[in-house]
Amino acid sequence: MDMALLNRLKDIAISDSGFIFDPYSGATFNTNETGRFILQLLKEGNGIDAIQSEIRNHFKTSEEDLRSDIYEFINLLKEAQLLPKNFKF
Amino acid sequence: MDQPKTPYEKPILVKYQNGWSDKFGRLQAITPMTHIDGQPVQDLVEKYGSPLFVFSERTMVSKCRELKELLALRYPKFQLAWSYKTNYLNAVCKVFDREGSWAEVVSEFEFEKALRLGIPFSRIILNGPCKTESVIEKALKGGARIHIDHFDELSLLEKVADRLGIRPEVGIRVNFSLSSIPNWDRFGFNFENGQALSAVKRLVIGKRLTLSGLHCHIGTFVLDPSAYREATAKIALFAKQLHDEMGLSIKWIDLGGGFASTNTLHSQYLPGNQVTPSFSQYVEAITEGLENLNGSSSEFPLLFLETGRALIDEAGYLITTVQANKRLSDGRRAVVVDTGIHHLITSLWYRHEIVPAQEFGGTFEPTAIFGPLCMNLDVIRANILYPPLKTGDRLVIKTVGAYNVTQWMQFITLRPNVVMISRNGQCDIIRHQETLDHLTALEEVPPWI
Repeated sequence: MDMALLNRLKDIAISDSGFIFDPYSGATFNTNETGRFILQLLKEGNGIDAIQSEIRNHFKTSEEDLRSDIYEFINLLKEAQLLPKNFKF
Repeated sequence: MDQPKTPYEKPILVKYQNGWSDKFGRLQAITPMTHIDGQPVQDLVEKYGSPLFVFSERTMVSKCRELKELLALRYPKFQLAWSYKTNYLNAVCKVFDREGSWAEVVSEFEFEKALRLGIPFSRIILNGPCKTESVIEKALKGGARIHIDHFDELSLLEKVADRLGIRPEVGIRVNFSLSSIPNWDRFGFNFENGQALSAVKRLVIGKRLTLSGLHCHIGTFVLDPSAYREATAKIALFAKQLHDEMGLSIKWIDLGGGFASTNTLHSQYLPGNQVTPSFSQYVEAITEGLENLNGSSSEFPLLFLETGRALIDEAGYLITTVQANKRLSDGRRAVVVDTGIHHLITSLWYRHEIVPAQEFGGTFEPTAIFGPLCMNLDVIRANILYPPLKTGDRLVIKTVGAYNVTQWMQFITLRPNVVMISRNGQCDIIRHQETLDHLTALEEVPPWI
């Protein structure tokens, strides 16, 4: 992951309850426990496989494939301009 | 020791928006509805399938009795007539018949349905702008009450009465210009421009019919009770005028229907359960209007009400199942369920209250709820703040008892089972789900194809 993107993600403030503040736009968001967890892993520079594996370790789930949920969340972050449109794992 | 894991939930992201609510428009809490009249929703679906219409006899009876008790207190000479077009499933009509309602029908099909259910002619009111000669003849022969809609129908009634050698008592439908609601002048004779009086004179001169009743139906989903006060006052003054100037005795006044249910119209700002008038408010307005009858007759006329929607809407539920979750191009969540506007035509008019049938958790986000049709207009709720849903979750759509199981259509999918839960908790099918055989039985393929 490139440094500019990492710095952009690091500037986003996330509270323990999932409240998100984007200092660049002033926009505020709310996310759930899973979303907060993924954002934290993205900030640390993790890729899709690592994120999927960490979710399995942390959450109780019988879902076989979590990739579609993760990609859907990435698209939401792009839509909210918290990630650049050309972001790829 | 291992820490228990947190239950997984799909990740979401909801942007905060300003201006969603103020002190008048608070957000509505969503409470799960796991049971309908004591029956677990999950059990109902396992036994009867999804989607599933469920009717509560308890609600129907309690609404009907509430209205009757209020009328009895203020104007004891009244009679309810069940509006067949609102819901003419046999079991529903029989419940209202058992509760003492007459039948109010607006077509030959509905007329025949009432007769087949054992409703005597003397307890049937025939309304509508398009009565056939055939149904008029049946109604006149049997002694049903007819409310005349226009001059051509008046002439037709005279012709049939002449042929039968009788002089029946009839009513005419009158429409009014009211200050708070649009004028429904396409039905009946207008009062303000003198058309109604002309119709009475024409009827009297014809000497084939006897005018005994006045009918009006001021509108639908009337949220302003004062409109009934105004209309009732006008019809009462008209009855008084006919008595004083022409010596006619009006034996009945029929005020039609139009009471609102607790649904919320798309155009309404506040939710229906906060603003819909109570039966008490409607009855008070009507009886105040009837005070204008004073001196018009030694005997007060029989008051008919053809209330439909307000008696049945809250007794109907539609259970549906989540088929899929997806994201729209703007990031909004969309849910696809197995019922749509072909079963729920009223979703075109109302923001129906939809509640999960199971406990839920997680963060609410703006959600569109779509039906199963491959049609863009199949939208149950375009935007509702909703908790996360999983495939297979059940939802209960509330207040769907009026007009849906009469105006529904077979389109793309088949129509589902309809059940009724009795007051003692017995649940029975009152209309079976359609099969392919039901539909193809009416079709023919000509031999030349």
